[in-house]
Amino acid sequence: MLELRNISYEVEDDKESREILKNVNLTIDDHFVAITGPNGGGKSTLAKIIAGIITPTSGQIFLDGEDITGLSITERARKGISYAFQQPVHFKGLTVKDLITLAANRDMSISEICDVLSEVGLCAKEYIDREINNSLSGGELKRIEIAMITARGTKLSIFDEPEAGIDLWSFNSLIHVFEKMRKEINGTILIISHQERILNVADKIVLIADGTVSAIGSKEEIMPKLLGTNTEGTCKTLIEKAE
Amino acid sequence: MDKIEKNLLEQVAGLHEVPAGAYNIRSNGKMAGRNTTAHIDIVTKEDKQGIDIIIKPGTKKESVHIPVILSESGYQEMVYNDFYIGEDCDVTIIAGCGIHNCGVDTSKHDGIHTFYIGKNSNVRYIEKHYGEGDGNGTNIMNPMTVVHCEENAHMEMETTQIKGIDSTNRITKGDLKAGASLEVHEKIMTHGKQYARTEFEVDLNGENCSTNVISRSVARDDSKQEFFSKINGNTACAGHSECDAIIMDRSCVTASPQLTANHIDASLIHEAAIGKIAGEQLIKLMTLGLTEAEAEQQIISGFLK
Repeated sequence: MLELRNISYEVEDDKESREILKNVNLTIDDHFVAITGPNGGGKSTLAKIIAGIITPTSGQIFLDGEDITGLSITERARKGISYAFQQPVHFKGLTVKDLITLAANRDMSISEICDVLSEVGLCAKEYIDREINNSLSGGELKRIEIAMITARGTKLSIFDEPEAGIDLWSFNSLIHVFEKMRKEINGTILIISHQERILNVADKIVLIADGTVSAIGSKEEIMPKLLGTNTEGTCKTLIEKAE
Repeated sequence: MDKIEKNLLEQVAGLHEVPAGAYNIRSNGKMAGRNTTAHIDIVTKEDKQGIDIIIKPGTKKESVHIPVILSESGYQEMVYNDFYIGEDCDVTIIAGCGIHNCGVDTSKHDGIHTFYIGKNSNVRYIEKHYGEGDGNGTNIMNPMTVVHCEENAHMEMETTQIKGIDSTNRITKGDLKAGASLEVHEKIMTHGKQYARTEFEVDLNGENCSTNVISRSVARDDSKQEFFSKINGNTACAGHSECDAIIMDRSCVTASPQLTANHIDASLIHEAAIGKIAGEQLIKLMTLGLTEAEAEQQIISGFLK
């Protein structure tokens, strides 16, 4: 269980301080939780704060009742937090096999690595010795990023917009990866997404806008609100264009 | 051969035992072992230090080991090794030099390796340089490699210098005839106050010949590295060179590429990137549970793999 207490985060912008997150209180104890909301609302910042990449200006973070606010990225990773980057990092020289085994923190046989890669829809034979560089497409890098998280199998897995930067076809098959993960992973999955199909898989949806939690509830409660807003927005734009 | 010499041999040639196939082991200027085969002959030069390695046409899947070790502090030498590789060969040549210097004097190995590669032959050339010592003596190596490729000859060269060489000036030159190719992968790591200079010069003379020169290096502490590459495209040909360096601490790296196209169909590319380890690479590995130091180690060893 993850608990955020009064998390705030401010940055200095042109000598003016700007609040990215304002006193966020959130408890995550469901199996599959989606965080959604407009761009610039503070979603990714929140994920980075949980992983320890960003230090909040104030507030506390608890993992299974333990205060982890002062712990480093490494210590949090070892406590069971995994974080899949929105933009996967390139590594010259490190291969898919290297990263998967580093993620799993043990020696893995080729067939074990194959299993992890096939979970995310990659044929291991073609990928296992590939370098994590720009010879891989955005979709491939995303899948490898997700495979690293599944190889770790920790109690909390955070995915920051897995759909960002990949084409529609790749995304459609990624949805199946998350549906499968939902069934098979025991821990908590926290996924930041704008995609309706991902939100549909969620047990709980958290809406973050303007640095605060503006709504939280089951998908039955939140989805109509989101879709309603979107539809209105879309119609409004169309009407303006027609006029 | 004592323990120190055995360790040097293992470092530069991966040898635990006497290798299979042809070999020549040079230890402190003397021949410490030699074997020739039906297809590969090794002959001591009479006019100067060094050997001729003569590989008969049509020799396939054979290898030659020619390691050099220096374990007497202050020993200095200049060696000329010439490789005559006949037509239609497919061979691997493993060279390398290891210095153990436990004294205060300067140990130095300068070597000139010249390859004459016959038509349609494939050569894989692996060279490792390694130094160690518990004294204050300096280890210096200045290797020069000259490659002459006949038509459709291919040479793949891997050079590695990871540890213990205080000063090196490495020169690699190649001239290629039609359809020939030369691929060079260089790996260097310097630390302390070490200095490494590498210089490549390739003349692409024959139609559709090509070269690919890739250098990856890591400079730590106060070390200094300089990378020079010259590719001259004198006909319809393809040339690519790439210098990728990670700088750490107070080190300094210079990359100085030079491409000259003397023909309208010469296609030449150079890429150079120098910088410290990207912060996001460290963060990614730390989110997998590695400490910052472990992450740095993984990134460097992957980069130099």
